[in-house]
Amino acid sequence: MQTGDVLPEQLYTVTRADLVRYSGASGDQNPIHWSDRVATSVGLPGVIAHGMFTMALAGRALDTWAGAPGKVRELGCKFTSPVVVPDDDTGVEVRVAGKVVQVTDDTVHVELEVTCGNVKVLARPRAVLGV
Amino acid sequence: MPVEESLLGRTFPPTEAYDVSDERVREFAAATGSQYDGRTAPATFPIVVAFRAMTGLMTDPEVGISLHHVVHGEQRFTYTRPVVVGDRLTATLTVDSLRHIGGADIIGTRSEVADADGRPVCTAYATLVHRAPASEGTETAEEAADADR
Repeated sequence: MQTGDVLPEQLYTVTRADLVRYSGASGDQNPIHWSDRVATSVGLPGVIAHGMFTMALAGRALDTWAGAPGKVRELGCKFTSPVVVPDDDTGVEVRVAGKVVQVTDDTVHVELEVTCGNVKVLARPRAVLGV
Repeated sequence: MPVEESLLGRTFPPTEAYDVSDERVREFAAATGSQYDGRTAPATFPIVVAFRAMTGLMTDPEVGISLHHVVHGEQRFTYTRPVVVGDRLTATLTVDSLRHIGGADIIGTRSEVADADGRPVCTAYATLVHRAPASEGTETAEEAADADR
């Protein structure tokens, strides 16, 4: 990878079933991630994905770009807009794009862009990969 | 009610040991669609351990946090090495920063994740935005998170 490289865009479909699986796997069983009743009662438009689930999708893209898991040395983001996941079989699509902004002897610095319906759902998502 | 100023700089006891099993990592990787090589956990897997440390903070009656009014504002990981199957991990949380912006408490936490020998594995930094129960909507908290740059 070289500075300025645009990494291949990754598209991930997110359904309610994914959120239920992630709730179990992560231990974060907050009902705003599976119950419309609770989500709307706290002012959300509906069930939303865990911020950490969306961040995990960023990690998934990084593994794909790096060619293997275990290469990420730093990963960070702010959670800005929620990913609203409808109760249907189609779900929503989250897009993860990335660009190489710096390369050193043993690291590659990546700036990501994580969007859902053209809205940036993570702010300043950045990562450092070891090489 | 804002949280107590004395929270700043406080370090909580380590979480109970968490055994990283093949089944747990496989399940987490499957839930996020991540690659799994039979050994290496996905990059965000340590949140499972850090989340327990954060829960310890948020449910401590002396801290005064209202659990349903906490928003995860920011997350960052730095890794000494990847988490692998067979690790026995603990997380030790310290409150690094505490600010009050727009009616919200902005709590900067750092959870040091270590293996069974006490060697560092990774550090999970989480910014938690705690809104006083009287305020409504999420905009205030999000604006407050944006202001925390």
